[in-house]
Amino acid sequence: MLEIKNLNVRYGGIHAVRGIDMSVKEGSIVTLIGANGAGKSSTLRAVLSLVKKTGTVSFMGEDISRLPTREIVKRGISMVPEGRRVFADLTIFENLMLGAYIRKDEEGVKKDIEWVYSLFPRLKEREKQLAGTLSGGEQQMLAVGRALMSRPKLLMMDEPSLGLAPILVGEVFRIIRKIHEEGVTILLIEQNARMALKIADYAYVLETGAITLTGSGQELLRNERVTRAYLGGAT
Amino acid sequence: MTFELFLQHFINGISLGSLYALIAIGYTMVYGIVRLINFAHGDIIMLAAYFVFFGVGLFHMPWWLAALFSIVLTALVGMGIEKAAYKPLRDAPRISILISAIGVSFFLENFGIVVFGGRPQAFYSPEVFQRVIKLGNVSIISLGIIIPIIAITLLLGLVYVVNNTRTGMAMRACSKDIDTAKLMGIDVDRIISLTFGLGSALAAVGGIMWGLKYPQLHPLIGIMPGLKCFIAAVVGGIGNIPGAMLGGFILGLGEILLVAFLPGLSGYRDAFAFVILILILLFRPTGILGEKVAEKV
Repeated sequence: MLEIKNLNVRYGGIHAVRGIDMSVKEGSIVTLIGANGAGKSSTLRAVLSLVKKTGTVSFMGEDISRLPTREIVKRGISMVPEGRRVFADLTIFENLMLGAYIRKDEEGVKKDIEWVYSLFPRLKEREKQLAGTLSGGEQQMLAVGRALMSRPKLLMMDEPSLGLAPILVGEVFRIIRKIHEEGVTILLIEQNARMALKIADYAYVLETGAITLTGSGQELLRNERVTRAYLGGAT
Repeated sequence: MTFELFLQHFINGISLGSLYALIAIGYTMVYGIVRLINFAHGDIIMLAAYFVFFGVGLFHMPWWLAALFSIVLTALVGMGIEKAAYKPLRDAPRISILISAIGVSFFLENFGIVVFGGRPQAFYSPEVFQRVIKLGNVSIISLGIIIPIIAITLLLGLVYVVNNTRTGMAMRACSKDIDTAKLMGIDVDRIISLTFGLGSALAAVGGIMWGLKYPQLHPLIGIMPGLKCFIAAVVGGIGNIPGAMLGGFILGLGEILLVAFLPGLSGYRDAFAFVILILILLFRPTGILGEKVAEKV
């Protein structure tokens, strides 16, 4: 579904992503793990043309490397950005409507808002409130809901559990599974490597801009190097 | 001072204030999205007034058609300026785009002097605007009432568009977080262009009414109202639309009432705005309705 070939991202003198190859199969959950600054976010942002890149990205067989972000979103990729980035001065309803900005089917949008509310009942209760008044966990739900409003085929999530209380982290993963069951393919970046690997069909380990290890989630969970570097040593 | 006299000054102040508000909106909307003080905005006012002048004088258009023509043309000029002078610098350090704005301002002023001529011209003002209306002991020129009616209608219209339409929502999203707005599939270039167009169109209406109120036309007339409206936007809280309106009315009313109550200071009329600016920057740098936001890391 998503094929990344020889992707490079440079910021001034910094070579953040160094020629990586990746692929995401339709219907799977793929995770990208690695330390801070390894180039995970840059990879996702490059897929969406939010940063300058070289290399090719193709989606559903089409080369999308040179397309502007909005065209890529229209083709069915959406992202939950790191740090949630909800529009704090807009209401929850407006945030969701912005998620559906590219859509013209008003009826479908209405239905999907109800669908998002059924996934996250808290959001419905607070529909008319400004997003800035929500708690961190609720904002994360809103960011996920907003990303779903474009009816993506591929949902990319950048650290969805970052900064959340442990009890909410479990909730986030439950939601990821649920969205996956609805038929959405998922590309997940997580600092919580253990939980990410548990639900992932396939995983990539990124170190200083290059992929150093790949395998199924289960394989990497048992891998000694991964265990030491990302799972805190305990097995 | 009698109550009648006060009322007369008050209406004058509201009238001037609504002009300031119309023009200040352009500064604040552009700043809200691109984080740029568009110094060419004042000169846009001048262009709009000249467009009407030539529409009537050269092309013999009826007055209202010339005004309409001017508003559309001015909006296009505003969008053109953004495309030519600001868009290529969007990723450059902010100081570059600011310098570019100052450059455009100088260019427009000197373009005016070369092409329109430096000699002041008389702005044509139809009779409808010059009728004297008597309300008891208060007599006002019809223009003094027409200006605030048009201005306030447009301001309310703008607020409606920004708060209740899809495009308005996209504008608000862009002004908060351009990157995430792109993620939503918003065509950010189009929204920025539209913002310049809308701001310039409102400034054009302001400029035309300015010409009716002060009918002497020359290529530098935009400078002082431009500066004052910039101050109005800062006083209200730059980036904040209701703030720019509030700032405009405070400045307009303040200026007129200052002259009315302290006629000895009438020579300092233009200084009033700058005193307010200094006070605001000292005591509330984010403006009256501005948010207290730290620079994004």
